[in-house]
Amino acid sequence: MTAPLRATAPDRTDPTTAVPLLELVDVARYFDVSSPWLNRVLERKPRQILKAVDGVNLAIYSGETLGLVGESGCGKSTVARLIVGLYRPTRGEIRYAGRRVDFANAELSLRRTLQMIFQDPYASLNPRWRVADIIAEPLIAHRQAQGLAKDSADIKARVAALLEQVGLAAADGTKFPHQFSGGQRQRISIARALAPRPAFLVCDEPTSALDVSVQAQVLNLMRRLQRELGLTYLFISHNLAVVHHVADRVGVMYLGRIVELAPTRRLFSFPEHPYTRMLIAAVPDLSLTGKPRTSVAGEVPNPLDPPSGCAFHPRCPYANERCRVETPLLQVPPGASTHEVVVACHAVQEGRLAPTQAVA
Amino acid sequence: MSSSEPLLAVEHLRVEFRTRRGTLTAVDDISFDIAPGEILGVVGESGAGKSVTGAAIIGLIDPPGRIAGGQVRLEGRRIDDLAPEAMRRIRGKKIGAVFQDPLTSLNPLYTIGRQLVETITTHLDLAPAAARARALALLSEVGIPAPERRFDAYPHQFSGGMRQRVVIALALAANPRLIVADEPTTALDVSIQAQIITLLKRLCRDHGTAVMLITHDMGVIAETADRVAVMYAGRIVEVGSVSDVIHRPAHPYTQGLMGSIPSIVGEREELVQIDGTMPRLTAIPKGCAFHPRCPFVFDRCRVERPELFPADKTKAACWLHVNVVAA
Repeated sequence: MTAPLRATAPDRTDPTTAVPLLELVDVARYFDVSSPWLNRVLERKPRQILKAVDGVNLAIYSGETLGLVGESGCGKSTVARLIVGLYRPTRGEIRYAGRRVDFANAELSLRRTLQMIFQDPYASLNPRWRVADIIAEPLIAHRQAQGLAKDSADIKARVAALLEQVGLAAADGTKFPHQFSGGQRQRISIARALAPRPAFLVCDEPTSALDVSVQAQVLNLMRRLQRELGLTYLFISHNLAVVHHVADRVGVMYLGRIVELAPTRRLFSFPEHPYTRMLIAAVPDLSLTGKPRTSVAGEVPNPLDPPSGCAFHPRCPYANERCRVETPLLQVPPGASTHEVVVACHAVQEGRLAPTQAVA
Repeated sequence: MSSSEPLLAVEHLRVEFRTRRGTLTAVDDISFDIAPGEILGVVGESGAGKSVTGAAIIGLIDPPGRIAGGQVRLEGRRIDDLAPEAMRRIRGKKIGAVFQDPLTSLNPLYTIGRQLVETITTHLDLAPAAARARALALLSEVGIPAPERRFDAYPHQFSGGMRQRVVIALALAANPRLIVADEPTTALDVSIQAQIITLLKRLCRDHGTAVMLITHDMGVIAETADRVAVMYAGRIVEVGSVSDVIHRPAHPYTQGLMGSIPSIVGEREELVQIDGTMPRLTAIPKGCAFHPRCPFVFDRCRVERPELFPADKTKAACWLHVNVVAA
């Protein structure tokens, strides 16, 4: 059985007409991790700036799922937090439906329409609240919004409907979070996120804390809800197989930047960037038992002291002098049949790097 | 020891935890062998009892937990009833251990060189200079660049992947016959995970060390192990060679587990979903513990607990396969 096509499949072939639902334009977020002023003066320590996200451009279209993958510290969770307004960008702007988002004065309607699901369902639900109250809170916060519950009877009915929508029983509303397993708690998180009828869900590693069989339940549920409600997802995960399963397009992040962005099937069949190739090669594969892994040397560098030029060059087998000095920009690679693929790699652009054979 | 004799034999092992709410059976009558040099994967979801099984083998079950039955034999000798001091000598010397979080396995107050030398001199009769030389050799063997310079560094000065390499060096310090590795790659990024798996595999081949590899990640097992045991609710439900268990699973739970793993190859299909969750230890169903979630359940499953029977190519604890044999 193949995945059913979305009714709202976006037409992205003409970028001038398709307006993305959410757009990040050169968004950066820096964190000042310097020692206190006195230590800097006395011990002559320099200021230290951590560039968690450093110039990300991204467009997410209505009804699609954009996957974002990368290893720890690559900035993918910071992107999620920037989008929902938990961090303010240091530079650049975030546009929602073509309008610039200013979270300092964001009207409630925008907050309502962007919701988030967090990784750890043990930490993201208040242990002292009953499940019905947890799910009702966004309804109460957005009481003024059109089409949401108005009075307590409405709210009660809506909470019961939400619980059933995510595969729990309406009676579960009277219980506390500790009475549920991890997968059930993540269902509660999803119900809470869906309560104010959002259009866009930011999912930050929503299944990473779950066992595989439970993960399958939650992924199937999220896919069903997307079909039924026409939701748009930004799906962040370190697990490539999960992203392959859920995403329509995938962005690969490395040290605060997107290094490759492509439709899912293309990214997994013909990865361009050496880092993407490495990530895909590192995924343990069930069908090829005993296949020797092409393990790649090295580790993600210290983000406080990122390498010059292309951040991946110290680990890259194809790096040359240009890679060491010049930061590559995201560009359509030569020979790509579609403009939906962009890669930030000198070797790919110069044709120094042979296109991959089908890996998957 | 003859080559046909298993290195490790676990027979009818049962581990219980006494709590105020009654006795919980975390591991319920499981038996398996590991041959010298073999890598046995133990896979299961949270609460299946895989870590408790590992802890029972290395003698690290603390009260209120206890080994309530069965035995564990290493090279033919019983080790589950040893006094703590005798077990301490075996642990490290004969059985090494690698745990999930390398930061908690290392002492943050000592340099990694000192920890290695201490482990080596505890188990091997070596002079300090020889122990230091061996420690350096181990560090370079596990792929720590410039071991002489890193010898006097503290654990916090290493990255996660490098720390796990140090932990593997510690586990190998006394040339053990068996390593119990409990989720050794779970805390690591995929690229580092690939490096550690390759390393563990190479070292065990070179040293002829057997490994009991406990993990929830079937992908890691597929790439590393020779045989795999699938655990569910404190029991082994299926055991067989890795390719048989992956390609021709016989137990309905294993079949569901395999179908629920997303893959990077092929078309995106709806994932197979096993409804429900693993039972809590306080409420393990009668008969086959999987029966409330099993799509093929019939009367016998609800009353009688299946043992491991030969199924298609593997051994599975499922009544479906008994009928096949009987018929």
